[in-house]
Parts: sequence; C-alpha cells; structure tokens
Amino acid sequence: MNILAIDTSTDVMGVSLLDENRVLAEVTTNLKKNHSIRLMPTIEQLFEEVKWEPKAIDLIAVAKGPGSYTGVRIGITTAKTMAWALKIPLIGVSTLEAMAYPHQNFTGLISPIIDARRGRVYTGLYKKVENKWTNVESDQITPLSKWLNLLQQTQEAVLFVGDDVELHHENIYQELGDMVSFSSSAFNIPRPSVIGLIAKERYLNGKRDDIYDFSPSYLQLAEAEAKWLEKQKINKG
Amino acid sequence: MGEIIMLSWKKEMEKKLERLKTIDLKESVIILGIETSCDETSIAIVQDGHKILSNIVSSQIAIHKRFGGVVPEVASRKHVEVINVLLEEALNDAKLKLGDISAIAVTYGPGLIGSLLVGVAAAKAISFAKGIPLVGVNHIAGHIYANNLIKQLEFPLIALVVSGGHTELVYMEDHHKFEVLGMTRDDAAGEAYDKVARTLELPYPGGPYIDKLAKEGKATIELPRALMDNGYDFSFSGLKSAVINTMHNAKQRGEYIAKEDMAASFQEAVVDVLVSKTLKAVQEKQVKNLIVAGGVAANQGLRSRLKEKCEQLGIDLTIPPLELCTDNAAMIASAGYFSYLKGEWSNLELNGIAGLPLSP
Ligand SMILES: [Zn+2]
Repeated sequence: MNILAIDTSTDVMGVSLLDENRVLAEVTTNLKKNHSIRLMPTIEQLFEEVKWEPKAIDLIAVAKGPGSYTGVRIGITTAKTMAWALKIPLIGVSTLEAMAYPHQNFTGLISPIIDARRGRVYTGLYKKVENKWTNVESDQITPLSKWLNLLQQTQEAVLFVGDDVELHHENIYQELGDMVSFSSSAFNIPRPSVIGLIAKERYLNGKRDDIYDFSPSYLQLAEAEAKWLEKQKINKG
Repeated sequence: MGEIIMLSWKKEMEKKLERLKTIDLKESVIILGIETSCDETSIAIVQDGHKILSNIVSSQIAIHKRFGGVVPEVASRKHVEVINVLLEEALNDAKLKLGDISAIAVTYGPGLIGSLLVGVAAAKAISFAKGIPLVGVNHIAGHIYANNLIKQLEFPLIALVVSGGHTELVYMEDHHKFEVLGMTRDDAAGEAYDKVARTLELPYPGGPYIDKLAKEGKATIELPRALMDNGYDFSFSGLKSAVINTMHNAKQRGEYIAKEDMAASFQEAVVDVLVSKTLKAVQEKQVKNLIVAGGVAANQGLRSRLKEKCEQLGIDLTIPPLELCTDNAAMIASAGYFSYLKGEWSNLELNGIAGLPLSP
C-alpha cells in the first residue's frame, strides 16, 4: 500500500511517500515561503526520486488544519483533486493531532499549540489511554487563559508541543508551574510521514473521507460571517 | 514486480510538446477550463477553442448578497467546497473522461488571490496526476476569448473589456498579442454601477437593476463625463460621486428625484464615455472588428448604442450572450486553446497572481 502525505496547513510544508512498511521519502521545510509555488514541484521531485508514477499510490493523506486558511486550502485542494483524478481514497488528519502523535509515550496529556493571534490558540488534548491513542478534548480555538484554567483543573501533567508555544512560554509556566513540560524544536513540527501513518491506520479501520465534501477544519468562521451573525443576534434583541 | 520505468512529468511534457509540432490540424483538441478568480466557481470543457461541450458555473451571489459585496475569505472557502463536484459534473455533461483531455487551462490572475490559488492548485494536481499539459490563462484574456465561442476572432481587432473589476480598451493584432490602449484610472465601470446602485438602494449586484430602471426613466440629470478628449483612459469615480452628491443634496432640500431618471442619466453618462472612446480606438487603429467582453457587456444600454453606431460605421461587432459575458470557464478554455497550440505551457510552479497584467 503506497501513500502520499501532504501538509501545507502552517509555515511547515511537508510531503512524504510511504509504502507498506517504510517511509521512503520525506521533505519538511519550516519557512515562510510560498506553498502554492513549492508544493507541486516538491511532490513531483519525490515521485521521481522514488520512481513512482502518480498511479502507483493507493491513498492520499492530508493535513486538514487548523492553521493558515490559505495554506490549508492549497494542500487540501491539491490532495483531494489528485485523489479525484486518480480515483483513490483521501483521508484528512488534524494538524494538531499530527503534532501530538509522535509524543504518545508521554504519560500525561499532550497539548499541541498553533497560535491564533489576539491571545487565542488552536489546540486540543491527546493522550494514550489504556494503549489507545485518544483525542481527549477536541480541536478548538480558545483564549489561552481559559485553556490553562481547564488544564489546571485536570491536575495532570501536560506536554506542550509546537513552535508557537514559545510565544506563550511565560504565561503557561506561570499558570501551570511544575505540571508542564515542553517539547524540543526537533519534535515541534508536524511531520508528513506521521500524517501518512495516522491516515493509514484509519484507512485500515475502514475510514474514508468524502472527496467531494472535504473541506479544511478552519475551527472558526470567516470574520465577515461571524460579524454578520453577531449583527443578526443584536437585531433580534 | 520489476521496477516501474516511468517518464517524469517534465519528460512527459517534453514528449507531448514535441508531438504538438506534428499534430494533424484535423485532430480535435479538448481543453478543460478552470475559473475561480472571484466569486464564481466554473469548470468547462471546450473543443477546438470554440465548441462548448460543458460549462458549469456555480455562482456565490446568493452567499455574498448579505455582505453587500464579495468577501474574499468566504469566496475562497466556497471554491474549495465545490470544485471537485463541478469537475465531475463538467466531465459527465461532456460525456468525457480525464483521459480525453488535451490540456488544462486555468485562470492564474488577475483576481482575488485566495480564490485564484484554489483553481491553480486543482489544475496542477490534475496535470501532475494524469500527465496532462497545463496552461495558465489571464482572466481578462479569457473575457476577450469569450467572443471566440460565438464567432472566430478576426484580427486586427479592438476589445472593450468592462466588468466589476476592469475597464480596458485592448488592441489585438493576432492571438494572445495584447496592446492595452487605455484603462480606468480609478473605479471600474461595473464597480461604479454597484456603488451607484447602493446609493439608489437597489439590491446587490446592482448593474442589472440600474439597466432595468434606466429603461423606465429619462436622462434628465446633468452628470459629468470624465477624460472625454484625453486619450483612452477612463475615470468613473467622479461620475459616481456626482450621483451620490446629487441624491444627497436633493434629499436634504426635500426634493424628489426619481430613481428611474437617475439610473437613466447615470447609464447614459457611462455609455457615452465607453462608446466614444471605443469608436475612437476603432477609427484610429483602422480595424473592422470590435468585440465587447466582461460582465458589463450584458448591459442593454451599452449593447444597443454600440450596435447602432457599428451598423452606421460598417464595423463588425461581436458581443457574447449574457451567460458568456460574466465569469465562466469556457472562455478560459478558449483562450487556453490558443496558448496550448503555440506551445506556451506552464510548469508546476504556476502561482496565482492577484495583479497579473494583460500584456507584460
Ligand atoms: Zn471577470
């Protein structure tokens, strides 16, 4: 079973090719560079190196966000249109889950963080519970202060993952003190091969995403949409 | 299983480009067009640059209506949601498979960047997955080539492109040779229409409503016509402001101005400027062919005045039917056809460019 995994949901651009047992190729950059220009040539280059034709792949895995709206759209449009053209299945994987997944040996809670500006973060809680990889709190956008309160109440050890954790390091430490640990830069970024592996597991469990309906997990409405809804509420009194 | 010996995408394209040189002109060329530059998601399949096999347009007007204009983020989200359904529909309508497609033509600018990127990503994905040549198309060129779907373009010609985003006079000597003679210095004609419509409290998008009201009213209100003897450039912001001020002042003085009369007066001012500059270009460049393109080309006032003048002057005028004046992918496929034949293909680095110029 051959898998192409794609991630352009944050500054990280990742492309990986996996076969039945191994990760054959993987490219990851963590730069503020144009995903639109670089994604397809990177995919093309990896196929050439591995000597695969596009039709050699059986499954496409893609990071579905949250993250940069424009970025995640590039990856998802590319992934689902390729899946459509090749008539193969598609599986979307949460970018946050991909960040947390390599840390599953950690015994406490894992909180991957992507900054969402204005004091808010994209996050969720992941943990291995009785040997089963579990999403304890679903992905959400939340004020960091509220999130830290919630974590404090759990009384559990928490591992924070992600480059953006640094922005809030002091806040987190102040609130949670000895309960927290932090990941290191080498394990902060989502790896496309991990996205491929998570997708493969789901695929083997019979899961597929609907190519026609598939859309990014933005986790929030477009700003204009939110404002419009707010106005409707006020008008209704 | 032995190692698969395959051609890389680049080598596949080189092979196909080589083959293009020996192509039998009787062989039909089928182009899949993708257009997502603004708030219309459209996929079309066109044979030999003129025969529409399918042209699916999914408009977001209903979605953006409540915001009073196109919201870029909302538009981009919608494009992602519907693009694959529309691709499938377009193939089904044409009773074709991806394997029958000679090339993919996609709008890569000008337009809203977030929207453009969706179409470009989809086009590149199909091109790579199936080894199909990729052609990037300028959206304005697409509007011009909408005319080729009606009647083969004959050169030299003058094209008047008028839409919500553009007002341009273009001279063409041959396929894809664009000389921009003039453009708007501020608002596009369609933009002025939308803003005036808002002042007159007409629904969005306002162009068609003004066109309709204008027929019922009389052009009795004096409004300015900018840059009349000043080359080929246009300016509509002064005219727009004059309408807003006139309505505002009348309201303050408690005077009544019929919306119909204001619509008629505004429309006449716009049409005066567009028609006189266009005819000037036709005469100075000594061309026999005039084509009109873009959403505002659907305007009845503009159509009837141009028709009348061109008949008098013996100029061959082409205006596409309404559904081909507004954004659609058939026009992109038609423009892409001629780039394809010339071997002007794009590579996988193709990117969306919001301010893409028509001529470099
Ligand atoms: Zn247009």
